[in-house]
Amino acid sequence: MRHLMSPLDFSTEELDELLTLAQDIEAHPDKYAHACDGKKLATLFYEPSTRTRLSHEAAMLNLGGSIMGFSTADSSSASKGESVSDTIRTISCYADICAMRHPKEGAPMVACQHSSIPVINAGDGGHQHPTQTLTDLLTILNVKGRLNHMTIGLCGDLKFGRTVHSLIHALVRYEGIRFVLISPEELRLPDYIRHDVLDRNNIPYEEVVRLEEAMPNLDILYMTRVQKERFFNEEDYVRMKDFYILNKKKMKLAPDDMYVLHPLPRVNEISVEVDNDPRAAYFKQVQCGVYVRMALILTLLDIHVD
Amino acid sequence: MVKNTLNVGRISEGFVLDHVEAGKSMEIYKYLHLDKLDCCVAIIKNAKSSKMGKKDIIKIECPIDVVDLDILGFIDHNITVNIIQNEEIVDKKRLTLPKKIRNVIRCKNPRCITSIEQGLEHVFVLTDEENEIYRCKYCEEKYSGNQ
Repeated sequence: MRHLMSPLDFSTEELDELLTLAQDIEAHPDKYAHACDGKKLATLFYEPSTRTRLSHEAAMLNLGGSIMGFSTADSSSASKGESVSDTIRTISCYADICAMRHPKEGAPMVACQHSSIPVINAGDGGHQHPTQTLTDLLTILNVKGRLNHMTIGLCGDLKFGRTVHSLIHALVRYEGIRFVLISPEELRLPDYIRHDVLDRNNIPYEEVVRLEEAMPNLDILYMTRVQKERFFNEEDYVRMKDFYILNKKKMKLAPDDMYVLHPLPRVNEISVEVDNDPRAAYFKQVQCGVYVRMALILTLLDIHVD
Repeated sequence: MVKNTLNVGRISEGFVLDHVEAGKSMEIYKYLHLDKLDCCVAIIKNAKSSKMGKKDIIKIECPIDVVDLDILGFIDHNITVNIIQNEEIVDKKRLTLPKKIRNVIRCKNPRCITSIEQGLEHVFVLTDEENEIYRCKYCEEKYSGNQ
């Protein structure tokens, strides 16, 4: 039985298969409409995340399966003090697969140690968010037609942004990838990613403070939100949140085939005037998220559709 | 004048941990969970050492398979581990960094699941042998010492 804890759980070959399956689902949704008839997905969300939860649920519903779960810790037995390991043992008796979001880092790994059903890590604190990474990879593949030989700009909160960390882990396995890290000093990429992942894999990167500087050389610009909940005090948050706002003026500096991704929700880091730019790919990304999660559910449940 | 010539007798089977940094022996006693063993343990503090000036020595009289010494590699490479049988040194164990450390050090990351999940082992994994870096198995936080 397989789980998904980190984007690195899949080899690049397995990832290729998964993304190809997602593209086939996108092209032929009817073929997969009953692939999970009779199967149940439990969404165990110990902290609210409407988008990620609904995306998993939409994926299972599109496959003909059913869904159950909770969307905050308050509405689960965690509020009574139940451990993650006890909860997953219980859920394993009800569902065929589960997606877990938890504010504590490593909680889904504890779950998979005690689970008899596949566990999908749907985000654990500031640690990993592998299904977002799969979403990002499918989006990049769809808009650029490849996952190698690209310059990726990562902008915003690179310190706490787990989507950024997971994406870096996944992309360094492809040939010819280089990064431009665009962030304020306070929100720079942590050392353990810069040294252990980028340096160790000899991945070229540069760190810049101004978004404008990076724009002309990018194939992909990955914007992130400066998340209020990652800060310990309001003052720091207010000071930094508006540092990097993408608008039409900055988009003029970018190549015609540079696409903008964002894990969403955005606050104001991408001006709404950019939404109609053909290079704005962040809503396509949401749709890709459903297709790739459908592919993931089928893969983890070992269901094949001819 | 104190001569520092305290004698502790030979042991018939067990371990003699020599060249322990002076003052570290109680820490090692704790890490090796020697308090839980029903055996004779002698801790000699501040013994004279030509190499170190002062050193600690720990003698543990027990069957040689009941103590897991792997953790010593993590605490201090320089400790000499003498394995004793029939009152003689039969082997010297070479210390290497253990691949995993269970329930010896604790994850300090307040966002880690180990901070709230009852009964969960604290496991650290050697992720970079060259730089002797251990990371929490769950949250991947680097162990930064002095815990």
